[in-house]
Amino acid sequence: MQETANNLEAKRSIGWMGLSRGHKARPLEWLIEKGIFLVAISAILVVFLIFLFVLREAWPIFSGKANSAAARKVIPADQIDKLTPAQLQAYLELTPDEFNKKDKETLKLLMEVKEEAGKEAVPDKDEALNTTEWKYILKPYAWTGYSKPEYIWQPISNIKKYNIIPLIIGSLKTTLVALLFSVPLSIAAAIYVSQLANPKVKEWVKPAIEMLSGIPSVVMGVFALLVLATFLQTIFHYNSRLNALVAGVALGLAIVPVIFSIAEDALTSVPRSYVQAALAVGSSKWQAAWQVVLPAALPGVFAAVILGFGRAIGETMIVLLASGNASIMSASIFDSTRSITSTIAAELAEAVFGGHHYGMLFMIGTLLFGVTFVSNLMGEYIMYRLKSRLEGKQK
Amino acid sequence: MTDTPLKTVISRPGATSAAGDHRDLIHVRDLSLYYGASKALKNISISLKGNLVTAFIGPSGCGKSTFLRCFNRMNDLIDHVKITGLIEIGGQDINHREVDVIELRKKVGMVFQRSNPFPKSIFENIAYGLRLHGMKAKSEVEGVVEQSLKASALWDEVKDRLHSSALGLSGGQQQRLCIARAIAIKPEILLMDEPASALDPIATSKIEELILELKRDFTIVIVTHNMQQAARISDYTAFFYIGELIEYDSTVKVFTNPGRKQTEDYVTGRFG
Repeated sequence: MQETANNLEAKRSIGWMGLSRGHKARPLEWLIEKGIFLVAISAILVVFLIFLFVLREAWPIFSGKANSAAARKVIPADQIDKLTPAQLQAYLELTPDEFNKKDKETLKLLMEVKEEAGKEAVPDKDEALNTTEWKYILKPYAWTGYSKPEYIWQPISNIKKYNIIPLIIGSLKTTLVALLFSVPLSIAAAIYVSQLANPKVKEWVKPAIEMLSGIPSVVMGVFALLVLATFLQTIFHYNSRLNALVAGVALGLAIVPVIFSIAEDALTSVPRSYVQAALAVGSSKWQAAWQVVLPAALPGVFAAVILGFGRAIGETMIVLLASGNASIMSASIFDSTRSITSTIAAELAEAVFGGHHYGMLFMIGTLLFGVTFVSNLMGEYIMYRLKSRLEGKQK
Repeated sequence: MTDTPLKTVISRPGATSAAGDHRDLIHVRDLSLYYGASKALKNISISLKGNLVTAFIGPSGCGKSTFLRCFNRMNDLIDHVKITGLIEIGGQDINHREVDVIELRKKVGMVFQRSNPFPKSIFENIAYGLRLHGMKAKSEVEGVVEQSLKASALWDEVKDRLHSSALGLSGGQQQRLCIARAIAIKPEILLMDEPASALDPIATSKIEELILELKRDFTIVIVTHNMQQAARISDYTAFFYIGELIEYDSTVKVFTNPGRKQTEDYVTGRFG
């Protein structure tokens, strides 16, 4: 009996995922299992495809093919015959499709328009610079009219400036404020609800906090814009009414339910026996929660914070509405600021399709993708380390 | 939390009185306990003697563990529990409004059915309770940790890995660590709730030896399912059945010449 059962088991697991035998033994289960597998695979595939799409649009920037200066050198319209079609297309900033549809008359007209515009433009020492090069993207530069090198994001100006550092600072600043505001708040709430509150209170508080996540971010943004900004200004007396603090606090409110519900789950899943052990040696409920339960739940609580970080840095609407949207290089949280996400949201609709501004926006999108991916990966790793340390697998 | 040094707080009757003087330490009078509307313990009156091992036996669900948890008020954690009657330890009503439950649990330690070391290092598991009660000096903590591990016969096995996780120990070692943790804060009474029920025979016999050792310094109350265990290690035995105390006498008497029919049926294995 035992022998045949073992044999059957062995046969069933032959081949890729037990494919060769499983479908005959239990066809329905087999079908469901493969169906779930397909769904899981396609989810991964979709994420990968989205990343590929973003990367493709940003590729001209990464590969250095984009050139914002090429458009600035004026070529007289009567020299149209001296240019190769490719040069002409690049000069007029047209996509191949658009270029092929236009006849020579139209192209010449466009060149004349360009020539006119060139004559009217004020000469600028930076005209010939290709500002999409990495050194202009990452390093400060003393632009015309500026006395010292500066980091500037100014894609809608005569000389297009694409320095992304102010945007990165802006994103980090709002996210940091959000985390500083929401992490202590939500973890304290999670400890209270999971360890200290009596069941009646828990029944009310938990759903109430989780309901916060149901507030649309645009509503939260408007609330920050109208109420929170005024409220905070009367407390701190700063000049810019909309700034990193306002956006950060509103962002914090938005991620409180995210951090709270995951941290609460992690704390609740710590075995009751730890609490009993702590109480039995004479700790108070609070000491047991803080000194025994929290350390035991640390991997889960950490995961909650990482998830909150990912949500905060990717959140768009609240920051767009409440941060003031000035790409200022400043460490102060009382200055208006502009995040990567709100830059993309605000500018993508106006950027020329396929142009360098367009590419640049996708480039910072890729950056954002990378940051969240790396932070999740790191979070996963640290969680793994913490877990195995708690379980005594390593020192 | 007071910062009083441990030594002055702890006064053990066994230490001051002559050996062999086993005075009544715990008095229970007419104790009833309700879970909501159901009565789990029915009018129990009993006096437990100091520096002896008392075993609570009885079939599952007879209320012996619940009764044990009354002594350090662990039942406080459960909602809808109501207690009537009187429990005195060393003459003090422990359910009195002014009794600090933390001080009580310092004097009445507990070891649970399943070993439950904290997910911390072996050293930290024991040091936790000490620091909780205000022991700050590192050398003092280290001393007591070593002392308690030796007392629970675990020192030789773990002395080289005091700072690795307690969860890496075997089940029996974990349970002895829990005993070390309980005795480190020097309680008067040690409550044990089926401490060996989840262990293999070898680990069980180690725990039993340990209990006989600890008897010298502590008053031990142990709940057990295993009647041989009760017979081997206890001086007095109380038999419970459906929330009632049926018989309480010296272990020899209970097992060889029980006064009640129910007790006889249970200890001879006719039901249970």
